[in-house]
Amino acid sequence: MTTQAQHRTGSKTLPTGAAEAAARLLPAGLPIRFLDDAGAEALEHEHGEYRLPATDLLVDAYGRMVLGRRFDAQATALTKQGRLAVYPSSHGQEACQVGGVLALRDTDWMFPTYRESMALIARGIDPVESLTLLRGDWHCGYDPNATRTAPQCTPLSTQSLHAVGLAYAARRRGEDTVALAFVGDGATSEGDFHEALNFAGVFQAPVVFLVQNNRYAISVPLSKQTAAPSLAHRGIGFGVRSEQVDGNDPVAVLAVLQHAVESARAGEGPFLVEAHTYRIEAHTNADDATRYRDSSEVELWQRRDPIARLEAYLTATDALADDDIGAAREEAEAFAAKLRDRMNEDPQVDPRAMFEHVFAEPTPQLREQRTWLEEELAADEGDA
Amino acid sequence: MATTMAQALNAALRDAMTEDESVLVFGEDVGALGGVFRITDGISRDFGEDRCFDTPLAESGIVGFALGMAMNGFRPVVEMQFDAFAYPAFEQVVSHVAKMRNRTRGAVGVPMVIRVPYAGGIGGVEHHSDSSEAYYVHTPGLKVVTPATVEDAYSLLREAIADPDPVVFMEPKKLYWSKADVELPVETTPFGTAAVRREGRDATLVTYGPAVPVALEAAEAAVEEGRDLEVVDLRTLVPFDDVTVAASVRRTGRCLVVQEAAGFGGVGAEIAARVQERCFHSLAAPVLRVAGFDIPYPPPIIEKHHLPGVDRILDAVARLQWDDEPDRRWLTGVPA
Repeated sequence: MTTQAQHRTGSKTLPTGAAEAAARLLPAGLPIRFLDDAGAEALEHEHGEYRLPATDLLVDAYGRMVLGRRFDAQATALTKQGRLAVYPSSHGQEACQVGGVLALRDTDWMFPTYRESMALIARGIDPVESLTLLRGDWHCGYDPNATRTAPQCTPLSTQSLHAVGLAYAARRRGEDTVALAFVGDGATSEGDFHEALNFAGVFQAPVVFLVQNNRYAISVPLSKQTAAPSLAHRGIGFGVRSEQVDGNDPVAVLAVLQHAVESARAGEGPFLVEAHTYRIEAHTNADDATRYRDSSEVELWQRRDPIARLEAYLTATDALADDDIGAAREEAEAFAAKLRDRMNEDPQVDPRAMFEHVFAEPTPQLREQRTWLEEELAADEGDA
Repeated sequence: MATTMAQALNAALRDAMTEDESVLVFGEDVGALGGVFRITDGISRDFGEDRCFDTPLAESGIVGFALGMAMNGFRPVVEMQFDAFAYPAFEQVVSHVAKMRNRTRGAVGVPMVIRVPYAGGIGGVEHHSDSSEAYYVHTPGLKVVTPATVEDAYSLLREAIADPDPVVFMEPKKLYWSKADVELPVETTPFGTAAVRREGRDATLVTYGPAVPVALEAAEAAVEEGRDLEVVDLRTLVPFDDVTVAASVRRTGRCLVVQEAAGFGGVGAEIAARVQERCFHSLAAPVLRVAGFDIPYPPPIIEKHHLPGVDRILDAVARLQWDDEPDRRWLTGVPA
């Protein structure tokens, strides 16, 4: 096993060949791109070892991105109607949300944050279960084991360590599972992000860190987050191979993530991918982005819209016809309508559920407190 | 055969690892060195470096990584090296380890043990003697246990490793080298069961961990003063054994809580509250507490003045209104 090899080699020698090792780990000088801002092939860029994803997969990605954006808009609307407690939008980050999912096999694990509701949908998780956290009827609505998706994590980057541990455990069990952890640019400043990269490097865990650099941690811009040349450059300090990619180029995102995931699966160690993207909406519905950024900046990024770029590319290469585009939009509308109907029903939550699963078996004190609540509930019913 | 608490803990780890392949031991210096207190002595050698290994020096990393492994079929037992060095892992423990089962509605349990050598009395310099149990006890979803005897070190650690829920296992450092004639393995006693270490008629001392031997010594000394004290060792702080504690206090009619940790907001405050809730009409005197002072842990040269000792316990026992005299400490008041 990995650990044995490490223990045996120990630290007997001074580092040699550091320059060669560094060259292998460092990201490209510019973000990897397959498409230009308009969706035409970006011929001036080197793709290195990244391969153009299969057309079928890109068409699949397109459909999920259209669906994802419509879902996102619907969730925002539901929040305004008071159906969700809060909603952090990922409008503009569709390439990352969907690319992260499509790079994985069903048997792989993903570790999302609160901003990954769209990724949950792309993974095929029931949309109402995906919104359970944000509606507030429980903390996690889906079964992590059945969906191979960890609960959405609200503390920043803490779940990266869980991804490393889970991926390492899978490797120990002889499985070829890969874990993908989503983090944002702000979260890369957290200590747990660094500890996760370090553990991943030391234990050569098959884990991929997908940093969606959307330029803002609520209101704080990237410039105040780090002095590093790029967030991808953080990998080299931990011996983790890193890459940066145009996060609004769905072709490039998929190409790089597929490579990262398969390289981790093949036992070549962890991978850090920084995707340069942009949070088109405010942090959440409760935030006011006009207080800290100019609308011209938003407009600039809207011209790099990932769905428009992929649509242009797939249309130009005859992989997508107008009928297909219409069908994708219709499917998204139907999805949103059904979600709206389901979310307009009031969730029924038994308050006694709060006592469930604190421990595998409740303590005597919890059993006692549960009866107190039951007495209160019975009294409430009597009053009603 | 005389066995130390350190040896009993080592034996518990070995027996658990032998029985269950999914049990792993990792942390800082637990491999070749066998831990700074030698609790994992020889385990890496005998079980292989896959089963017992060193990690990078990062406590949050250790606990978060362990949680991920626990999500995927392993039962990690991690060592935090020292009480105060476990604080970097606090967010992982409180926000994730403690909550995972509940937030996933029972779908994801995290069977793991976080071993924390704690408390003082070993002449340690700053940051090596904290009594941090109250932080964990106050976090729903964690079980928190602490052995006071060699036998319990084995029993509680085996129970902790076998438990389906996360357990913070607090090891009183000063008792690592305490000895007892114990043949291992001993039969284990379930969590939530306090032990009456000494039976007595006149008052109940409720205590745990490093304060247990001190309370027992005080109880022996009290015999000379004609008082027969019962000593209850809680063993497990969560789950808490209200039944044993209340039964003892109802019988004796007096209760003194003894803990090494600072008193304010501590476990002893919870015990005192629970005792008066349940035993008020059996009490002949207010429930008193003997605890460490509410100070940052003092430097080792003067730590003996901070740690609750036999005399401080006996003084408190004397204030349990034996002749219906009110407790003068509170009557004379505290300067405003």
